[in-house]
Amino acid sequence: MRYLPLTDIDREDMLARIGVSDVDALFSDVPAGKLLKAPVDLPRAKGELEVERILGKMAGKNTAASAVPFFVGAGAYKHHVPATVDHLIQRSEFLTSYTPYQPEIAQGTLQYLFEFQTQVAALTGMEVANASMYDGSTGTGEAVLMAHRVTRRRKAVLSGGLHPHYTAVVETLSEMANDEVVALTPDVSASEDILSQIDDSTSCVVVQSPDVFGNLRDLKPIAEKAHAHGALLIAVFTEVVSLGAVVPPGAQDADIVVGEGQSIGNALNFGGPYVGLFAAKSKYIRQMPGRLCGETVDSTGQRGFVLTLSTREQHIRRDKATSNICTNSGLCVLAFTIHMTLLGQTGLARLAEVNHANAVKLADALAGVEGVAVLNDSFFNEFTVKLKKPAAEVVEVLAAKGILAGVPVSRLLPRAGLDDLLIVASTEVNTDEDRAALVAALVEVL
Amino acid sequence: MLNRQGRPTQAGEASHEEHLTFTGNKALQQVEPLIFEIGHHESTGVDIDKPAPFKSRLGKHARQGEIGLPGLSEPETMRHFVRLSQKNYGIDTGLFPLGSCTMKHNARLNEKVARLPGFSDVHPLQPTSTVPGALDLMLELARYLMTLTGMPAVALSPKAGAHGEACGMMAIKAAIAAKGEGATRNVVLVPESAHGTNPATAALIGFSVKAVPARPDGTVAVEDVKALLGPDIAAIMLTNPNTCGIFEPQIVEIAAAMHEAGAYFYCDGANFNAIVGKARPGDLGVDAMHINLHKTFSTPHGGGGPGAGPVVLSERLAPFAPVPFIHVENGKPHLVESRGEAPAGNQPFGRMTAFHGQMGMYVRALAYMLSHGSDGMRQASEDAVLNANYIRAGLSDLMSLPFPDHPSMHEVLFDDEWLKGSGVSTLDFAKAMIDEGYHPMTVYFPLVVHGAMLIEPTESESKAALDLFIATLRDLAIAAKGNDKERFTSAPHHAPIRRLDETRAARSPVLKWEKPAAAKAAE
Repeated sequence: MRYLPLTDIDREDMLARIGVSDVDALFSDVPAGKLLKAPVDLPRAKGELEVERILGKMAGKNTAASAVPFFVGAGAYKHHVPATVDHLIQRSEFLTSYTPYQPEIAQGTLQYLFEFQTQVAALTGMEVANASMYDGSTGTGEAVLMAHRVTRRRKAVLSGGLHPHYTAVVETLSEMANDEVVALTPDVSASEDILSQIDDSTSCVVVQSPDVFGNLRDLKPIAEKAHAHGALLIAVFTEVVSLGAVVPPGAQDADIVVGEGQSIGNALNFGGPYVGLFAAKSKYIRQMPGRLCGETVDSTGQRGFVLTLSTREQHIRRDKATSNICTNSGLCVLAFTIHMTLLGQTGLARLAEVNHANAVKLADALAGVEGVAVLNDSFFNEFTVKLKKPAAEVVEVLAAKGILAGVPVSRLLPRAGLDDLLIVASTEVNTDEDRAALVAALVEVL
Repeated sequence: MLNRQGRPTQAGEASHEEHLTFTGNKALQQVEPLIFEIGHHESTGVDIDKPAPFKSRLGKHARQGEIGLPGLSEPETMRHFVRLSQKNYGIDTGLFPLGSCTMKHNARLNEKVARLPGFSDVHPLQPTSTVPGALDLMLELARYLMTLTGMPAVALSPKAGAHGEACGMMAIKAAIAAKGEGATRNVVLVPESAHGTNPATAALIGFSVKAVPARPDGTVAVEDVKALLGPDIAAIMLTNPNTCGIFEPQIVEIAAAMHEAGAYFYCDGANFNAIVGKARPGDLGVDAMHINLHKTFSTPHGGGGPGAGPVVLSERLAPFAPVPFIHVENGKPHLVESRGEAPAGNQPFGRMTAFHGQMGMYVRALAYMLSHGSDGMRQASEDAVLNANYIRAGLSDLMSLPFPDHPSMHEVLFDDEWLKGSGVSTLDFAKAMIDEGYHPMTVYFPLVVHGAMLIEPTESESKAALDLFIATLRDLAIAAKGNDKERFTSAPHHAPIRRLDETRAARSPVLKWEKPAAAKAAE
């Protein structure tokens, strides 16, 4: 077995030094009869070539986003990631390191976490950010719990424009803890009356912008009403590139901002690993979940970084902790930080502009197809169209033609009666040819 | 004196006195500023063409003004992050004996296959008809996990160990509610020696927590558990092998006692790597257990993540597994994505995360399992246990063992009894290990012993590496007990940076870079 350095002679030698006759003597605490006598019923060890073949075959059965005209979004986005990013995150000392519990030999990890926190704070327009969450959806769940701790109330109001999976994550957590959730009906026109849902028992209002249907939302009036009732505004985004083009939630007085960071530096990965972004007003630092990296000095006065405010964390506060989170998304954070460093604000703004331009071109092209209506007034790189046939069927037919057209709303919200709606995303990877192919195929199918 | 550019013209005029070198750099150890100190708002390391003029649809939502983010060119970016990487210790650097964290070899084959476009470049919401291979992979991973644990079901979606704990405990909570006992069974037993994530998880989902005392031998006794049982007890969360590195000898009796009392047995599977292929949790009476794919099956830890925490479930809990999951009907896999779509007999408790979980980690874990095979995984567990006990045998005459009566599993626990009177603390000893080129062991955990030092070598260390490690630790131990206190209390001496002031960081938190006041004033 190529990964195991011990030889049989080593093993014998070591057992002798320990003073036992065979290795099973070291498993003597395993109850009688429970120690397996033989290997379990799985295939035996395989060489590198064979493993590559097996997994290559599985991978080959899937349609990769880069191989086809691709317009699928709704929470995860296909972007171009510079080659530098993947090269750097595979540096051994990044890839194979652990949580930086020994800061003197983990300054590489700690410094990029500090840079990441600063980048996220700047992007969202907030005062502080943590060193990442698992993803946007679990981050949203944690934000709601945090709002409950801050306000000592337990009712969350969720916008109908929140990604239905995010809503489900919050509902699952709340159901378990007996907290109350008011989830508004999904409404593609973003004309929901969320203000009337806010009262003195509300802990937080959760609003996504751009929302799951692509609409850009005005958060300020919601923040005002929430604050008037002592509630917090949690602003959510699933496409971080949008922050290069739109007013950040911090400028609209959000209290907590959570989002999905996958778009910057990270691949689609069929759903994970991704990276959750989490920022807040600094007065709430001690209620924030997850890891935080802070600046300090060493014994000679030189600047350095450490994990800090750990008195909020599970390993000290146990059942009183702000969260049970232990692992974060370290390597995904690194990919994010490197890609964001390459972009800078100039590159990010340009990337956002190209995303928006491509989406506008696509919307205009689709609007010209008979049987297609574009429903959004304003959007960033994603919008919703109404088709004259069930969207799931259309998507399936187009997939067979080698075009991945988008996400049918019925996939996210079965039985919501929104079967004719399709969420379409466009990024910098889409070309004129991709758009023409989609339009031509839709003309044929509809 | 200064020249026309304002630069010093004579030696000693530069203000570098506090450093050994003029720049503060030491050969390969480079002082690396933050990107905010070297980048510019105008700089960028990407070339993206400006789009042709178009009519914006952002409406009134268009961003005004600066974002406040610097950029770096590609070469500057490369150098910055390469230099940062050089300030890090990883398992590829050397022995990384962090107990409870399991730092083993990360095979690059796993990285290679995880990057195949058919895995990395597929979207979770593209039609399932276009991702049959991804579903195959999830099913195959599930089969491996169920076979290794002897459990009938697995929920793949949790994104880390602690997330998996939450998943398992939610399934337990849902099962209790389904029996109509939701209002009364609301207490979870957690041993004092448990990971902090256990009580935090139980509390997170609305249970109250009762501690089970640790026995003087480091294990949990079935009598102590029985004494706490009653109609209010929902479950126990027990780590096995436990955080003291001991296989709980009474685990079968504890499980039986829980079941008899109408409660469930959650096993924290963080240390599963000690028994893979040797014992199956399903045979011990476990109802739910998370598996840290990133530990047990070696996916990169990447500075703390990403993780992946699938949960295996017993027959009684299987119906409550969260969405999404794959349901196989007539030999065809079908992805169930919402509660309402669940096939008859299933009552999913909800959803843990937006998509299907950590696909990228699934690929790596499966590549690890295929590479090792059933024989190799069994051998890996044996070698991990052998290595830990070899270190124990090599050090136990100098360092004190709090629990000498049980063999150590994959990790060996020492305490600081042997350092008494030396003026050297566990932390000092750990920092001195850095000077010897080792990552320190886990310190001050588990909390049940004073000054804990938890050493986990894993199976990927050779005998030669262990011999050198043992010899070094012996020398350090002898120095610590001798009169060489200063060497320890001021360590590390040879790291890129000296000991950091953690109190200062917590007392006045600085959590992001701010433009210096002078630069702000100049604007």
